[in-house]
Amino acid sequence: MTDTVLSVRNLTTSFRSAAGPLTAVNDVSFDVRQGEVMGLVGESGSGKSVTLRSIMRLLPRGAQIGGTVTWAGQDLLKLSDAGIRAVRGGQISMIFQEPMTALNPVLPIRIQITENLRAHTDLDANGRAARARELLDIVGIPDAARRLDEFPHQFSGGMRQRAMIAIALASNPRLLLADEPTTALDVTIQDQILNLILDLRDEFGMSVVFVTHDLGVVAATCDRMAVMYAGRIVETGTVADVFARPNHAYTRGLLGSVPQAGAERSMLLSIEGTPPGLAAIPPGCAFNPRCTFAGDTCRTTRPELTSLGPDRSVACHHNDAVVQAGSPVA
Amino acid sequence: MTDIILSAQNVSKEFLFPHSILARIRGEPPRAVHALNGVSLDIAKGETLGIVGESGCGKSTLARCLVRLHETDGGRIMFEGADVSHLQGPARRTFNRRVQMIFQDPYSSLNPRMTVRQILSEALRVHRMRPAAQIDARIAELLDLVRLSPDAANRYPHEFSGGQRQRIGIARALSVEPEVLVADELVSALDVSVQAQVVNLLLELQDRLHLTVVFVAHDLRLVRHISHRVAVMYLGTVVENGPTAEIFAHPNHPYTNALLRAAPEVNPTRRTRTVAARGELPSPINLPSGCLFHTRCPHAMDRCRTEVPVLRAFGKNHVAACHLDTFDPTVTKDTK
Repeated sequence: MTDTVLSVRNLTTSFRSAAGPLTAVNDVSFDVRQGEVMGLVGESGSGKSVTLRSIMRLLPRGAQIGGTVTWAGQDLLKLSDAGIRAVRGGQISMIFQEPMTALNPVLPIRIQITENLRAHTDLDANGRAARARELLDIVGIPDAARRLDEFPHQFSGGMRQRAMIAIALASNPRLLLADEPTTALDVTIQDQILNLILDLRDEFGMSVVFVTHDLGVVAATCDRMAVMYAGRIVETGTVADVFARPNHAYTRGLLGSVPQAGAERSMLLSIEGTPPGLAAIPPGCAFNPRCTFAGDTCRTTRPELTSLGPDRSVACHHNDAVVQAGSPVA
Repeated sequence: MTDIILSAQNVSKEFLFPHSILARIRGEPPRAVHALNGVSLDIAKGETLGIVGESGCGKSTLARCLVRLHETDGGRIMFEGADVSHLQGPARRTFNRRVQMIFQDPYSSLNPRMTVRQILSEALRVHRMRPAAQIDARIAELLDLVRLSPDAANRYPHEFSGGQRQRIGIARALSVEPEVLVADELVSALDVSVQAQVVNLLLELQDRLHLTVVFVAHDLRLVRHISHRVAVMYLGTVVENGPTAEIFAHPNHPYTNALLRAAPEVNPTRRTRTVAARGELPSPINLPSGCLFHTRCPHAMDRCRTEVPVLRAFGKNHVAACHLDTFDPTVTKDTK
C-alpha cells in the first residue's frame, strides 16, 4: 500500500440561496496516494468542481464547508487564512478549465510565473527569471525567452494551458488539482496536454486529482476513479475494474453513452432524463428516476457507499443486478 | 455515385479584416481569414456524412455555406443539380425549407421570448406547411416525434434543459419536412448521458423520415458512430473523405491518423504515452505553402513544402490529399 497524501473525509459543501441552503457536495470521502492520478468523474452539477474548490477553500464567502481535508498532518479546512495561502499554490496547485479566464489578461506571462515563485520559493530575482524560463521549457513552450514577455491573448488555447501548468509547477507542488484542464481544447492538443501532465507526474512524483466528464480521458490517464452523481460519490475503484465491472447503474449508463468502435449506427445505451438540480434531488437514491434497475427500496432509502473490497465501493441497492447486466465497454 | 442531393464544388470562403484607411494609403493588401480553400464533397441521398476537424478547420463555415447562410466566395453549392447561389424568391425559399440547419448552442438558437408553440407555428406558417386549423395538431405530432410531452408547447425555452432544447431545435427543423438536415455540433454542449439520448433520437428520426444528414462535429467517436461516410477537414480543405469503416481502419492521410490516435479510447487497457501530433494549427491568415499539414506531419518531405497535394483515389469512394501512397501510422514527430 502506498502512502496517502491527501485524505478527504465527509466533505459537505452548501451554498445559501433564496430557496434555502443547497448542498452541492454531500458527504464525500476519498484518498489520494503518492504519485497517483485520481479521477473524479461526473456530469455538470454533480459537484466534482466544487469538491476541488472546497479542498483549496476557493469558494465564495457564503459557502459552508464541513468535514475534514487532511494534508501533511493538518486539516486544511481549519487552517488560518495565512496558513491555507502557504499551501494553496505552494504544496497544492490547481489548474482550471478555461486558461483565458484563469490567467490575468493584462500581465505578461513572466510576471504571472515569477509572482508565484516569489510567494513560494526563496529564489532571488535572477534565480526567478532563470526558473521561469526553465518552467516554460518543461511544459513545452518553444522560444521561452521571448514568449515570457507576451500576454495571454498572444497564446493559443493549448499554449495558455501550458502556461497555466507552468505557473502551477512553479512552487514544486506535491499535489496538482486539475479541473477539466482539456475540455476546452482540440483532441490533438488535449492529447499533448494529457501526456504532459503524466510526464510531469512521473518526473516530479506529484499526485494528481483529475476532474473530468470525459470517460475517454479517465481511461487514458487515471489510476483510480470516483464517480459522482448529485453531489455524492456513487462508485469508486481502480479504472480498469470500474470499466470492466461497473457496479452502479449510473456508471454503467455513462460508459454506454460513449460511442464505441464496432457499433456504428446502433442505438447507444442512453440514460433517460437529465441530472437533477440541487434544489430537487429525489428522495431515496438520487439516481432512481433515471435508473432501469430501480425498485421500491431505491425510491425510499438512500443506499450507503459500501465497500466491496480494497479500493472498491458502491452506493447501489441492486449492484449485483448491475454487475450481471455486464459492462458496455468490456 | 447514385443520387447526389447536395454537393460542394471547389468552395472557398474568406472573411476579410477591416481594411483601415491608413493601411489603404500604405498600399497594404487587405488581410483575410481563409476559412475554406477549395472544398469539394458530395452528399448522397439518405446517407449521413460526418464532417470532422479541429476548431478553425472551417467545418462550421462549410455547414453554413451548404445551407446558404454564408455566400461562397468561389466555387458552387449544388442542390439536386442546380447552383443554389442563383436561387431567388420562391425557389430560394423552397431550398431553405428542404435544407434545414440545427445549431450548436441550444441556449442562443431559440428565441427566449417565444413559447415552443410560437416557435414551431412560425415555421409552419411561413412555409405554409399546414392550414391554420391543423397547426396545433401538427405541433403535437412534432413534439411527440422528438419525445417531448404535449404540454411543452406552452412553455418558454428557459424552462427546458439543454437536451430538451436541442430536441425543440430538431422539432423546428423537422416541422417544414426537410430532406437534408445540417447539424452543426448538435450535441457538443450537452452532458454525456444526454448526448446519447439526442444521438439515438437522430438515428431513429433519420430512419423514419429518410433524411439526409450532414453531421458536423469535433468528436471523432461520435462521428464514427453515426456516419456512413466521413470527411476530415484541416485548415479549410478536405484532406480525406471515405466510408467510415475504411477511414477508421486504414487512414490514408497522416492528419486523419493523428486525429484517430489522439482521441482517447474508452478502454483503459489500451493506453499510449506517445503524442499523436506535435505543434498546433497554423494561422488561417497566413497559410503554409504546399501541403497545409506539412508543419505538423511526421512524414513531410521536400515535395510537401512546395507542391499542394490533390485529392486522389485510395479505394472505392475513398479519397485523400497526400503525396504518400503509404506511411507508417505509428511514427510520430518527436522534434522537441
